[in-house]
Amino acid sequence: MSDLLNLRSVSAAYGNGQVLWDVAFDMKGGEAATVLGRNGVGKTTLLKTIMGQLPVSGGHVYIDGEDVTAMSAHMRARAGIGFVPQGRHVFPHLTVTENLEVGLSALDRKSHTGPKRVPEMVFDLFPKLTQIAKRKAGVLSGGEQQQLAIGRALAGKPSLLLLDEPTEGIQPNIVQQIEDALLRVRTELGVAILIVEQNLDFAWSFADRYFVMQRGRIVKDGKTAEDPVETVAHLVHV
Amino acid sequence: MDLGFIIGQVFNGFSVASIYILAALGLALSFGLMRVINMAHGEILMVGSYVAYLTIALVPGPLGIFAAMIAAFAVAGLLGGVLEVTLVSRLTSRPLDTLLATWGVSLILQQAARDIFGATGVSVTAPAWLDHTILIGGQTLPVTRLFIMAVAVAVLGGLAAFLRSTRIGLLVRAVNQDRPTAAAMGVDVRRVDAAIFALGSGVAGIGGVVLALLGPVTPNVGQSYIVTAFLVVVLGGLGSTLGMTIAALMIGLFMALSQIFVDVSLAQVLSLLFVILFLQFRPQGVIAVRSRALDE
Repeated sequence: MSDLLNLRSVSAAYGNGQVLWDVAFDMKGGEAATVLGRNGVGKTTLLKTIMGQLPVSGGHVYIDGEDVTAMSAHMRARAGIGFVPQGRHVFPHLTVTENLEVGLSALDRKSHTGPKRVPEMVFDLFPKLTQIAKRKAGVLSGGEQQQLAIGRALAGKPSLLLLDEPTEGIQPNIVQQIEDALLRVRTELGVAILIVEQNLDFAWSFADRYFVMQRGRIVKDGKTAEDPVETVAHLVHV
Repeated sequence: MDLGFIIGQVFNGFSVASIYILAALGLALSFGLMRVINMAHGEILMVGSYVAYLTIALVPGPLGIFAAMIAAFAVAGLLGGVLEVTLVSRLTSRPLDTLLATWGVSLILQQAARDIFGATGVSVTAPAWLDHTILIGGQTLPVTRLFIMAVAVAVLGGLAAFLRSTRIGLLVRAVNQDRPTAAAMGVDVRRVDAAIFALGSGVAGIGGVVLALLGPVTPNVGQSYIVTAFLVVVLGGLGSTLGMTIAALMIGLFMALSQIFVDVSLAQVLSLLFVILFLQFRPQGVIAVRSRALDE
């Protein structure tokens, strides 16, 4: 298994309520994929399961061929998964700089050598973060928080970036900035991206592959270059 | 009424509040971060007191008290760290079980102290330089009490500096604000828990040294302060260090000032009534914190 990420028959549950059923797919390094589906079909749960925030109730998760199913979230972060959660979840009472410094914790891994410093690339992608470095994250606008959340995940130099609805509630010009940044993350840093998105145009614009979920299962998948967006629109929109 | 007497009582209030701060700080830290109520916290104070007794016996002289504080911080911190790793961390999702298990630890520690040092108290001889009074603004004030206040201020200042300017302090603040996200950023939240539990216990150890200056050290010495320490944590806003400090000052001053009019026992009853009334009107405590414990 030389893939970056493998999911094998992954199931997950909140208490007795099963949310994911036999989810399986693979991702290669540098690839971009999007998970689509209506509200409540298990997209966020899928990302949390990959991140290790929610334990699987069945199946296996592999990163770089290593079985990480029993690994805690912080170990998976150190194994190279970066996470941008839904609702951004910046640390509200920490400054922008401090938020980014927390992201450096993912560098506590054997393969990392050299100083633990927020990469210049983060400020290059999001120049705004330099201007607001000393402000508390809780007082920032939604767009600024989203840039911070992505920057914080990139500080840990991930090989796979998970993003949960990064355009939700963000004004259109910032959405464009985020899209440009993610394209650069992929092309210049070679980071693979798995993105949960309701905004189909945004998802189609840079993902190579798509997965559509319904009731906790992947019901359709394909390549965005081969399938026009209309083929999935009825599965995603109410 | 004699103004000097009132000023004296205010001074006493601050001094009592300083002890509450040292006793409650560890509780506030661990509750804010882990939602754990550590019933053995009073016994960690007690261990600090006995370490003071042993250290001052070994290191007599003017600096013995400082050696005692360092030793008590280390021993109590180590004890807290062991308690967290072996017991508390295994029960974090079961708060009621944590409460019972730490209560069991508290009974074990009390009995151990009884077996080792005897049921009657031992006395710590304060260094001679503490055994004085000084005259400030027409008031005769015992140096011991001033020293206790200075210790509380130094501990609070040190803790604030630690949380503000160290890497582990940053991680503690991050975990306190959003535990799952901190873990997803690579923060080993379990280690942060253990570190803060050990730190809180270490501070309680210093509190124990201070208690040893005020009276005999008995196996139950922690018990007499722990209830008020819990009150201080609740009144302060469950997990807020600043709120806890203000609450300690409120209760300390209330107790001391009410003793102008009533005796000590009634003052304690009145202070409980004061806490109940305060929480009726402000259930979130002095400072409402958004911490992991209160978000769930």
